[in-house]
Amino acid sequence: MEANEPDVRIMKGNEALAEAALRAGMHAYFGYPITPQSEILEYLMAHGQKRGAIVLQAESEVASINMVYGAAGAGRRVMITSSSPGVSLMMEGLSYIAAAELPCLVANIQRGGPGLGTIQPSQGDYFQATKGGGHGDYHLIVLAPASVQEMADFVFDGFRLAETYRNPAMILADGALGQMMEKLVLPPAGSLPHRVPEWATVGKPKKRERNIITSLHIEPEKMEQINLHLQEKYRTIREKEVRFETFHTDDADIILVAFGLSSRICQKTVELAREKNISVGLVRPITLYPFPKSILNTLADIANAFLVVEMNAGQMVEDVQLAVNGKKPVYFKGRMGGMIPSPEEVLREVELIAEHHTVQA
Amino acid sequence: MIRGTIIVAQDTCKGCELCIVACPQDCIEMSERLNVRGYRYAQLKNDTCTGCVNCALVCPDVAITVYRQPKSTSKKIQPAAAVA
Amino acid sequence: MTQVIEGMELVYEKPQTMTDAYLHYCPGCGHSVAHRLLMEVVQEMGIQDRTVGVAPVGCSVFAYNYMNIDMQEAAHGRACAVATGVKRVMPDKFIFTYQGDGDLAAIGTAETVHTINRGENILIVFINNGVYGMTGGQMAPTTLIGMKTTTSPYGREQATMGYPLKITEMISVLPGAFYVTRQAVHTAAAVRKTKKAFEKAFEYQKLNRGTCFIEIVSNCPSGWKMTPVESNEWMEKNMFPLYPLGDIKVPTQLN
Repeated sequence: MEANEPDVRIMKGNEALAEAALRAGMHAYFGYPITPQSEILEYLMAHGQKRGAIVLQAESEVASINMVYGAAGAGRRVMITSSSPGVSLMMEGLSYIAAAELPCLVANIQRGGPGLGTIQPSQGDYFQATKGGGHGDYHLIVLAPASVQEMADFVFDGFRLAETYRNPAMILADGALGQMMEKLVLPPAGSLPHRVPEWATVGKPKKRERNIITSLHIEPEKMEQINLHLQEKYRTIREKEVRFETFHTDDADIILVAFGLSSRICQKTVELAREKNISVGLVRPITLYPFPKSILNTLADIANAFLVVEMNAGQMVEDVQLAVNGKKPVYFKGRMGGMIPSPEEVLREVELIAEHHTVQA
Repeated sequence: MIRGTIIVAQDTCKGCELCIVACPQDCIEMSERLNVRGYRYAQLKNDTCTGCVNCALVCPDVAITVYRQPKSTSKKIQPAAAVA
Repeated sequence: MTQVIEGMELVYEKPQTMTDAYLHYCPGCGHSVAHRLLMEVVQEMGIQDRTVGVAPVGCSVFAYNYMNIDMQEAAHGRACAVATGVKRVMPDKFIFTYQGDGDLAAIGTAETVHTINRGENILIVFINNGVYGMTGGQMAPTTLIGMKTTTSPYGREQATMGYPLKITEMISVLPGAFYVTRQAVHTAAAVRKTKKAFEKAFEYQKLNRGTCFIEIVSNCPSGWKMTPVESNEWMEKNMFPLYPLGDIKVPTQLN
């Protein structure tokens, strides 16, 4: 390969994510097998250790997230991945990690739930990912990829955001994105510098105070200060880090809102609708936290209605309703339990909405 | 007989009395007075202390500092405490 | 600043690897003796700048307030997993966990067993006083049969509450366990032995040969509702028969 030639590959989403993590300079990965994301652990076990990364298969997700706590507390770049039931087991650890302000990257390759559920793709963990998930007032920074390319790219973005804000970041993908093979350009290695931060517990030299990684502040006054500090950080994140994509929204009467895999389906629906002279557009939130509120609120002044499409019983739709704030009706179309909506069935919803709302000539 | 002595950090002591049990010379007692936290504190009751360190070893509050007369008194006495 | 006494040598003082913080433990509690011994060894070996400790949830949750080293506070039961993460990214540093019986032998059993089974090169310090002290004296996995706690108010009954868990014997059979010993800190002689055990454990950590595990059978005057002196006598009479002191597994070959 020539030096400047792009590194084009065909890879599974899970493998692209794993390879990107190595190229992003990940120091350590702690995993546990669970479908549909076991390829990440397998790939890193096969390639990671040879390339200098610490890769460990833990005894449980409970243990692995706490290994992340330890290694992140030592100031290293750390990643952990799992799928829905496994991510539920990590919620305790993530609350501690968020409270102790440790950067790390989590990927949830979602499957259908609740409970043991199914191994088919789902978006049923939106609430868990964006509202905190564990106990207490905290947030993860959540990125929602929609292609294998983004499965790789968002690893770099995730580490950068996590380290910038000393906050756990999450890639919220699903089983389809993890399993599908697509063409992608792999990001080059070495583009994300890292140094061990001064707060890390690496052994106390004589001349500095000891470093403590903790989430325990027994005095309520202190604990409130910690919370205020965290809320201030989340405010900054909401101001600076919102990312979204729009597709044909300029003249749209009906705006579809969908993330991840659903957004790909909706993109097709937009095309089908426009063939039928229904002017439909799409907003695709890329960051689910921070949520792209203001674009939706602005579009509510122009469009007649919103249709939120998700692979769950209606989770992001609540954030869309808050953003639209009653200006226009917000409809919902969801499939659950591992089912993926087809562009045509979304189109049928669009047609019903179009009948109810006067389409301007 | 080697002579020794102890200094008890009065306000650190919680009056658990474990040093009294540990002392082979029976030279520690609890004070009549209370310290700032309301505990009786350990204190020497006679001059039989040998500086054996046992009281300090069992003291949960690291409240006891122990001193001992050097074995050879002909040497110039330079307290090791200078390091502190 | 340690006082100087004319004509006397200083023979014992608080190690500088402990902070000046006032220890929050109840009068007579063995926790702080164990803290002090650990810090004495860290000071004497000159490894303060290469040591990272992991504190548990329980009475010793604030261990990091007293040990003047870099430390992490783990979630309840997860200290071994946290220590694994720390050690794996810094294999040349000295890493230890400090855990009570509820933390290590109840909620953290899986992490404890698997960390030792991987032979992580860390030291696990296990304080066993047969009771949940921090939450007010509830039954622990190591509570003796017949022992009264706030959640076994008529005494631990084997038929409904199970047996005291001898986790130290249990983990000693794992090939990953390199050095396993059970000690105490209630007498001067016991304190000297425990300190020796800590010294060995830190020396062994340099060898990269597996996990060192030191159980300290200790008292809980408040939880047991006794004076400190009574609690130590009760411990000798009742705890030591089930949890006998001494080495359980010692390295046969050090090279």
